Amino acid sequence: MKRRDPLLIVDGLRVTFDTPRGPVAAVRDVSFVLGREKLGIVGESGSGKSQTGRALLGLLARNGRMAARQLAFDNVDLLRAGEGERRALRGGRISMILQDPKFSLNPVMTVGEQIVEAFRVHANVSRREARLRALAMLEAVHIREPGHVFDAWPHELSGGMGQRVMIAIMMVPEPDLLIADEPTSALDVTVRLQVLALLDDMLARRGAALIFISHDLNLVGSFCDRVLVMYAGRVVETLRADELQSARHPYTRGLLACQPRVDGDGSDLPTLDRDPAWLR
Amino acid sequence: MPEGRTGSQLDRNRSSLLVQAPRQIAGTALSLALTFAGLTAVTFVIARVMPADPVLAIVGDRAHQDVYDAVYRELGLDQPIFVQYLRYLGQLFEGDLGVSIMTAQPVLVDLLRFFPATLELATVATLLGVLGGVPLGVLAAVRQGRWLDHLIRVIGLFGYSVPVFWLGMLALFVLYAKLGWVAGPGRIDIFFDGMVEPVTGLILVDSALAREWEIFRNALGHLVLPAGILGIHSLAYLARMTRHFMLEQLGQEYILAARVKGVPERAVIWRHAFRNVLVQLITIVGLTYASLLEGSVLTETVFAWPGIGQYITSSLFNNDMSAVLGGTIVVGVCFVGINMGSDLLYRLVDPRAR
Ligand SMILES: Nc1ncnc2c1ncn2[C@@H]1O[C@H](COP(=O)(O)OP(=O)(O)OP(=O)(O)O)[C@@H](O)[C@H]1O
Ligand SMILES: [Mg+2]
Repeated sequence: MKRRDPLLIVDGLRVTFDTPRGPVAAVRDVSFVLGREKLGIVGESGSGKSQTGRALLGLLARNGRMAARQLAFDNVDLLRAGEGERRALRGGRISMILQDPKFSLNPVMTVGEQIVEAFRVHANVSRREARLRALAMLEAVHIREPGHVFDAWPHELSGGMGQRVMIAIMMVPEPDLLIADEPTSALDVTVRLQVLALLDDMLARRGAALIFISHDLNLVGSFCDRVLVMYAGRVVETLRADELQSARHPYTRGLLACQPRVDGDGSDLPTLDRDPAWLR
Repeated sequence: MPEGRTGSQLDRNRSSLLVQAPRQIAGTALSLALTFAGLTAVTFVIARVMPADPVLAIVGDRAHQDVYDAVYRELGLDQPIFVQYLRYLGQLFEGDLGVSIMTAQPVLVDLLRFFPATLELATVATLLGVLGGVPLGVLAAVRQGRWLDHLIRVIGLFGYSVPVFWLGMLALFVLYAKLGWVAGPGRIDIFFDGMVEPVTGLILVDSALAREWEIFRNALGHLVLPAGILGIHSLAYLARMTRHFMLEQLGQEYILAARVKGVPERAVIWRHAFRNVLVQLITIVGLTYASLLEGSVLTETVFAWPGIGQYITSSLFNNDMSAVLGGTIVVGVCFVGINMGSDLLYRLVDPRAR
C-alpha cells in the first residue's frame, strides 16, 4: 500500500432492514474516505452510526442488506470479497469495540481465553506464545496484575477494566482500522477519560486508523481529526474537528447546543429542531 | 485509581468463595433434610387418612375382632399419628419400609426390583432425548426460518403432542407384531428371565458385566420401543428449548464481538453460544430426567414394563399403603438428588453461580 492511498473508501453505502412492516432504510447513501486518521461519527440515536460500522465488517443482523457503489479497504473490494476473505479481515485488519463490556465479553470464558482466541484466529502460534502475548497486551492496557486478570471471569471485572480488556482483545491482532462504537458511554466519567487516553495511545503507537462513533459531539471534536454528522441515515455535514464551533448545518448547531456545559447557567437544554428538507 | 484495586479485588472474590463453600454444603444438607422430612410427612399423612383400612387389608374381612384388635395394636394404629410417623421414620432408617400386601414381599425388595426397570428406561430415554434434541435445536436455531427449521419444528410438535399410548400401540403393532424388528412387551424374553446375576438391576449393565451378549441384545430389543417413545417426547421438548435458548444467545452482543474477532461461524456457535446454552440446559435436562424417573404409567402399561410407575399405581388401587409410601419416597429422593446434581453441575459450568 502506497503511503498516500486511502485506507478505506465508502461510496454510496446503503443499509436496509426487512421488517414485517416493510423495508427500513437505516443508512442511505453514506460516502467518506478514510486515511490513517481518527474519524468521528456523531448523530442522535437511530441515525445509522452503528449500522454503518457493522456494514464495514459485513456483520449486519440477519434481516439486513447492504449495497454501495464502492466499498474498498486497503484495495480489497469488500463488495466482492467472499465470506472467508472477509473473515480474515475481521479482527485481523478491521476490528470493533462495542459499547458495553458487560455484554460484549462471553460470560463463561475467562478473560485470557478470549484474548488468546482473538490472537490465534489470525496468527498461527502455539498456546504458550499466545498466552505470553495476551499477558503483554493486558499490561499494555494498563492492567496491574495481568496474571490475575488473565484467569478472571468477565463478571469479576469492573466496567473500566472490562473495556480495557475489550481493547486488548480487539487490538491484539494489530488491526489497521478500529471502529469504536460508543466505547465509553457505559463507563463513568473519570474512567472514561482514562480509557480514551489509552485508546489514543495504542492507536498512535500502531499507526492504526479509528472510526469513533458517539453521541457526544464535543467529545468527538476533541478526540478526532474529522467529524461526520449523521441524521436519519445520511451524512448531513463533514467537518474538521477544529472548525466544529463554526458548523453551518442547523442540525449540527442543534447537537452542539444540546451538549450540557460545566460553565452553563443551568437552564434547560434546548431540544433539537428537525427539518424534513435536510434529507434533500 | 481503579486499576490499583485490580488484584486485591479479585483476591477478595476468590477467598470469599473458599469461605462460602462449606457454608453452601451445610445449607444444601439442611435443605435436603427438610425436604426429606416434608416429603415423608406429607406422604405418610396422606396414606393414613386414606379411607383404606390397613388392618382389614392384612387380616381379611372374616377375621375375628380379637385378631383385628391385635393387628391394630401391632401396627401402632392406636398411637397418635405423630408417634406413628416417628416410628415409621425410625423403621425407614433401618431400611424397613414395611411389607407389601400385594406382593407379600418387603417393600424394599420390591423397590429394588421395580425401580431399576424405570431407571434403565428413563436413562436411555433421556440419553436419546439429549443426543437427538440438543443438536436438532442448535441446527434449527442456526437455520432459523429456513425449511430445516420448519421441519425440526414439525417433528417437535409431533413428538410433543402425539399421545404416548397411541404411538406405543402403533409401534408395537407395526414394528413388533407385523415386521418383527423389535422384541415385544416386557423387559426380557421369559426364556432369559433370571439368567443374569442382578448386580445393578439394570439388565443392560448386568448382562454386559456378565458378558452375556445374547441377553444384552434381547434386553435391548425390548427396551428400544418404550425408550424410543419416551425419548421422542423429551427429544421434542429439548429441541424446542435448545432452539429457544440458542436464538436468545445468538442475539447477544458477545456473539457479535466473537464474529468481529473473525472467529469461524462453527466456533461462534459451539464455543461461544452453546457453552452459554449448556448452562441453561442443565436444569431442563435434570427436570426431564427426574420426571421420567417418576415412572411413566402409560408407557409402562402399554409395554408391560415392570417399573415404579406401575408399582405405585397398582399398590394405590390395592390400598397397599406401605408400598405406595415406599415408592413415593424413592421417587422423591430421586427428584431431590437430581436437583442437587444439576445444581452442582450448574455451578461447575457457570462461573457466575460459584
Ligand atoms: N435488525 C434490525 N431490524 C430493523 N431495523 C433495524 C435493525 N437494526 C437496526 N435497525 C434500525 O436502523 C436504524 C439505525 O440504527 P443504528 O443502530 O445504526 O443507530 P445508531 O445511530 O447507532 O443509534 P444509537 O446511538 O442509539 O446506537 C435504527 O432506526 C434502527 O431501528
Ligand atoms: Mg449505535
